[in-house]
Amino acid sequence: MTRPLLDVEGLVKHYPVTEGVLRNEVGRVRAVDGVSFTVDRGETLGLVGESGCGKSTVATTALRLEEPTHGHVVFDGEDVTEYGEKALKRFRRRAQIVFQDPTSSFDPRMSIGESVAEPLRVHGMRDRERRRRIVGDLLERVGLEAADMDRYPHEFSGGMKQRVGLARALVINPDLIVADEPVSALDVSVQADILDLIEELQAEFGLAIIVISHDMGVVREVCDRVAVMYLGEIVETAPTEQLFEDPQHPYTRALLGSTPVADPRRRGQGTKLTGDVPSPSDPPPGCRFHTRCPEVIPDEAYDIDAGTWRSVLNLRLRTTSGGIDVEAVRTYAAGGDDPEAAEPEAVRAAIREEFDLPAELPDRRAEEALSGALDRIVVGDTEGAAERLADAFPTVCRRERPGLVPEETDLSADEWAAIKRFRTWLATLVDADADRVIDRLDRRCAAETDREGGVDRLAVRAAFRLPEPLSDSDAERSVGAAIDALLAGKAADAADELYDTFGPLRESACHLNRRD
Amino acid sequence: MTEPLLTIRDLRTVFHTDEGLVRAVDGVSFDVGRGETVCLVGESGSGKTVTGESITRLIRTPPGDIAGGEIVFDGRDLTTLSDDELRELRGDRIAHVFQNPQGALNPVYTVGWQIVEAIQLHQDVTRATARERGIDLLDRVGIPEATRRFDDYPHEFSGGMKQRVSLAMALATNPDLLIADEPTTALDVTIQNQILRLLSELQAEFDMSILLITHDLGVVAEVADRVVVMYAGKVMERGGVFDVFERPSHPYTRALLDCLPGRGTGGARSIGGKLPPPTDPPDGCRFHPRCEHAVDACRAGEQPPAYPVDGDDDHVVSCVHYEPGGDPSVVRGEEAAPTDGGRPVGGDTEEDDR
Repeated sequence: MTRPLLDVEGLVKHYPVTEGVLRNEVGRVRAVDGVSFTVDRGETLGLVGESGCGKSTVATTALRLEEPTHGHVVFDGEDVTEYGEKALKRFRRRAQIVFQDPTSSFDPRMSIGESVAEPLRVHGMRDRERRRRIVGDLLERVGLEAADMDRYPHEFSGGMKQRVGLARALVINPDLIVADEPVSALDVSVQADILDLIEELQAEFGLAIIVISHDMGVVREVCDRVAVMYLGEIVETAPTEQLFEDPQHPYTRALLGSTPVADPRRRGQGTKLTGDVPSPSDPPPGCRFHTRCPEVIPDEAYDIDAGTWRSVLNLRLRTTSGGIDVEAVRTYAAGGDDPEAAEPEAVRAAIREEFDLPAELPDRRAEEALSGALDRIVVGDTEGAAERLADAFPTVCRRERPGLVPEETDLSADEWAAIKRFRTWLATLVDADADRVIDRLDRRCAAETDREGGVDRLAVRAAFRLPEPLSDSDAERSVGAAIDALLAGKAADAADELYDTFGPLRESACHLNRRD
Repeated sequence: MTEPLLTIRDLRTVFHTDEGLVRAVDGVSFDVGRGETVCLVGESGSGKTVTGESITRLIRTPPGDIAGGEIVFDGRDLTTLSDDELRELRGDRIAHVFQNPQGALNPVYTVGWQIVEAIQLHQDVTRATARERGIDLLDRVGIPEATRRFDDYPHEFSGGMKQRVSLAMALATNPDLLIADEPTTALDVTIQNQILRLLSELQAEFDMSILLITHDLGVVAEVADRVVVMYAGKVMERGGVFDVFERPSHPYTRALLDCLPGRGTGGARSIGGKLPPPTDPPDGCRFHPRCEHAVDACRAGEQPPAYPVDGDDDHVVSCVHYEPGGDPSVVRGEEAAPTDGGRPVGGDTEEDDR
């Protein structure tokens, strides 16, 4: 079967920020902001990123432990976001989650056996003896003993408890397991055991697994493919070894470069990433990583290296956020004396020093703009300085939001997004008969068809915003074939066509890699 | 070589618990030289944190008790000091930074207030001077807009920034020794990287020694000058960072390196078994029940003494295979280091093996 088990498309989860008794919405935390990925049967996908990047929220919303704000989650041909209560319960039997902290995920007053059997009971298995048989069998499979089922959580070490956690997730024979930081709370000496166990169980049960982790080492150890997240978005997906050997996104490079390596001869070689992750309630425009990116793209008008450009942009960002304290700079420049006594020249030099800027930028026009802005800061006109800097030092990384571009094709980001949207829509109809497919198609394309004519190729293209022709000829051929199949009512064939052609592709969202 | 700043000899820290006597630290010895970074590394339960806390007697007594040994800091044995004398030293010449910056900062006071308090506790300066120094410190630890952030409360800082604040507090009195217990474990790798770089910069700037306690060998490789590997309250191996990583000698050190995930070497191997119960450690080498090279001599008596590796007195290992006349290649396999110009260690058997 070529269709993935799980296809998540355009997943969004925003948390409103409210104020006052009336709980007026004053803002929203964009925890997950348009995330798409697929997981095949028997595949392990890693979701990595810093804390706060939304990786856990992706998991909880995809499993509908929380309601997604937008987006589709297609699980085995059905859209999970449209499930009612009953269907949801059935779905949860097939998709399980294992949490980071094995200690807090067990009821201390229930024996291990009761805890592991609980999902069976919840899902309606009344026969106690049968439950015990299943639990005993499973405990043995995860490396414990059947007799352990009458013991209590406190009698187990962290690693053993995590084994029990896996047994509990497996007890109702799921197809998909989400493991949220499965080994982060464990000592390194037992991490390898649990990771081995996860791999074994996957092979034995043919599971699809999503491993969420901040630890690149863990991800490299167990995952087939990896999706890297930053501030609610996926910035790169790639097969694991490719991602580690040849990362395409600067953020991935920075993340890998920051991971300490157990080799003292390679110390200090990592990328130096400055600053904190910005708040997801107010993400930067354009590429969300541009405020920290060491490879941020200089404006074409200047001859300036990436490092200096980074420094200039840091000054711009800080000035814009009102973060330049002129008084403090003056005090510093005056050597701790009366700030009023500081020479303007010394103040300018102090700012350059603070931002690692050279005494003079190599590019004449850039230098003119910079010193002009510095002059305004010196006289206390930070707003004017901010304006000047914003005018003089634009970057495409801030101006335009880069979309994910598939590496092996000539598709643009928009085309690729449209194909994925189309494909996911098809995936929800794979079990429908031709009449229903046509009916759904008619409704989907209603806005695009005039009263006379029925739905045709052009209407489908317009409804799904698929330009004709696409910029990649293979893609064009495949999408054309899929549309033909769809118009014939064969949604499954159409979906298969697209999943076959665009199997998991390597993607990255960076202006450095895009093609226009 | 000049006198080390800190010398720990045969330190024994015990806890009296309902289950019996726990020998958390059982005969630990190592030095921290001036301006040097020493890493204490081990799994949880190895006694590394208790070792760090014993130095300034931060452990709760009772149930804890420093039952023996010497802790000589700059010529004075800290175990003989009174609580008052120790309090003067603590936070002044010896500062601590902990894993969780949240817990180290008081949420109801501004960070500036807390830094000023730390400065004024040990130095007789005016509030204004302390404030100025505090702002300078925040700036030094890399907090942008230090003047403005000075009057912010801890919750207004991110985790990495909070750790910077607690570093600033620790540095307020220009300590000679900084004891940092898992200072980056709660942080993201990108922020961890920043804090580790900052530590090295500050170390050079303030000319201080650092005792860094961590379970993360990656962190050790990044910052350590010397490494002390602990297991179940005992020191297993001790040496320069290059020696320990490139010629790991104790089976435990080797196992610890082998279980690191994702090194691209094709599969991490876990250490089978588990830590021995703290109230009833095994005889002989504490690691023998999990050691694949254990022989009868490992199972009886005391933990083996610290034997030099390849005749190097600065790289020692507590393993019977390294005793004079023993055969280290049992542990090190094919890549056993040749006997260099130093003192031959059991020459015969080694010759046979090659």
